[in-house]
Amino acid sequence: MSLSAFVDGIGVLGPGLADWPEAAGCLRGRSPYVPAATVLPPPSILPAAERRRTGRVVQLALAVAVEATGRAGIEPGDAASVFSSSGGDGRNCHEICAALAAPDREVSPTRFTNSVHNASSGYWSIAAGATAPSNVLCAFDASFSAGLLEAMVQASLGSRPVLLVAYDGDYPEPLRAKRPIPDTFGVALVLSANRGARSIARIEANIAAEPADTLADPRLEALRAAVPAARALPLLRALAARVPGRVSLDYLDDTRLIVNLAPCV
Amino acid sequence: MAPLVLTSFTAASCIGRGSTQTLASLRERRSGLRPCDFETVDLRTYVGIVDGVDAAALPAEWSRYDCRNNRLAELALREDGFDAAVLRAAGRYGRHRVGVFVGTSTSGILQTELAYRRRDPATGALPEEFDYGATQNSFSVVDFVRRRLRLEGPAAAVSAACASSAKVFAMGRRMIEAGLIDAALVGGVDSLCLTTLYGFHSLQLLAPGPCRPFDVTRDGLSIGEAAAFALIERAPENLDRDAVLFLGAGESSDAHHMSAPHPEGRGARSAMQYALDDARLEAAAIDYINLHGTGTPSNDRAESRAVAAVFGAAVPCSSTKGATGHTLGAAGGLEAVIGALCLRDGLLPGGAQTRNLDPELGLNYITGNLRARARRMLSNSFGFGGANCSLIFGLAG
Repeated sequence: MSLSAFVDGIGVLGPGLADWPEAAGCLRGRSPYVPAATVLPPPSILPAAERRRTGRVVQLALAVAVEATGRAGIEPGDAASVFSSSGGDGRNCHEICAALAAPDREVSPTRFTNSVHNASSGYWSIAAGATAPSNVLCAFDASFSAGLLEAMVQASLGSRPVLLVAYDGDYPEPLRAKRPIPDTFGVALVLSANRGARSIARIEANIAAEPADTLADPRLEALRAAVPAARALPLLRALAARVPGRVSLDYLDDTRLIVNLAPCV
Repeated sequence: MAPLVLTSFTAASCIGRGSTQTLASLRERRSGLRPCDFETVDLRTYVGIVDGVDAAALPAEWSRYDCRNNRLAELALREDGFDAAVLRAAGRYGRHRVGVFVGTSTSGILQTELAYRRRDPATGALPEEFDYGATQNSFSVVDFVRRRLRLEGPAAAVSAACASSAKVFAMGRRMIEAGLIDAALVGGVDSLCLTTLYGFHSLQLLAPGPCRPFDVTRDGLSIGEAAAFALIERAPENLDRDAVLFLGAGESSDAHHMSAPHPEGRGARSAMQYALDDARLEAAAIDYINLHGTGTPSNDRAESRAVAAVFGAAVPCSSTKGATGHTLGAAGGLEAVIGALCLRDGLLPGGAQTRNLDPELGLNYITGNLRARARRMLSNSFGFGGANCSLIFGLAG
């Protein structure tokens, strides 16, 4: 089997990485990567009532989704979407579990509503007016590749662009000791079945058993290893390089998602 | 879409473990809801508890996955020869050609809730034995099922609130159509926990008594737990007449509100229409609708408007949540299995608990069982975040 799609737009936000051009510069070695706490822009795309209720993870997902759809030149609401996250909103989860361990067990209704794994997908659909299907996945450390696989399947079978949003948030203590995700990182890709004016590269994927690619810069490699969504970095590096390439991304157990990439010139 | 066949399916809910018990409860219109005595929960509400979950030990090899959600999964895997059917498929196609896509909304969060009660008083640390990845994480149940059955194909948890385990049917089908796999183990597993009980309580959505979908005095939902699984693969040429086919799926997003449905059921309506389009069927080809029917005033109103817009008011429909409770992330899978059992049995299940139909809702909501040869049924699942999914199943002959 072989799956293919065109990458039409990219969005990135993470520690020391404000957007795709900055990430591309670091990944190509054109500018030094300087880790710094992720700075999240307010989700101005949302109506005010919803904006107040969002947590960091939703803000992260919306920021990269806005960047990727903007760069792809599509109406945000026109795409089907695949949201994939290893753990959703760990801070919200901590607050609920702490409340449930307290004597009165008072859970905030907003926290409960935001606790669903598809919170980002729900807020995105409201923000963008996106009524198309949205799938919402989790595959623990394999969440990026699981999301990419599903997004490529949807792009190749369907008739509209597919927005993939892979994102992870930091966990507070005491959960962090059990799930040491240190900061937020998100990546979004707009995929299409056919080449368009904004297409950056054609990608082709299959599953194989071989080692995953790592990054030469130890700080970028540390980010890749620490945050499941950042397992996308070898693919982003290849997209930034704009030369034909082949990358091996972490997937389930000993399997990898192998992505062959041909830039659109 | 090209139809897929449900080679094997099973479910465990408060109305029974396995097909025989589940169907017997539906025939006798038995509800499994009872006053909430779950864990230390102190809320005036009813719940649907599966008997024997606590006693369902996981095989020793997989003990790190031990939590209520995975025990419930284990319990269901052993029913109706489901695990053996999956192993046969793995033998036929190869382990890497069988995918696993399971819906869950809360996974093993109960394990974390309990761990938070046992934090170290000095450091605040969670107990050493608490294993986040194998229990709390949404992927835990998929990881467990995949390892337990030694499958090696693509896998993911789908977690889109109460539409989760309907959406896995659509996802499994896409993976088969794309040529990535030959068969998919799909389904849903959600178990009782404090987050959902106290969370729905905070939203004032829990009924104090057993839920009464579509009743004029309906006052909220009852939470249940369930595990439901189906093995789907391409339909061969010659099928038994009573083989159950997966004929179509429709998915949509409300783009309206995080926890309330669109008042006219806009997204629900598109999901049903897309499912019909996908199955290349007219609305008149559907003989029964298993409604989402949670029993909250606004959900049932929005759904009735959407159903009426697509199907009119004649098609028999009911919600089985009066019997099973709302099993959240497992509801789509459970109601798919209930639908498959009813199609085979020629049973249109009357909605349990509902006494006085709300005349405003205007559908042909059946409160008593009907005997009819129904060839095709549609099942609705809608969730928080505006996630909607409708599925169509039918008999081969």
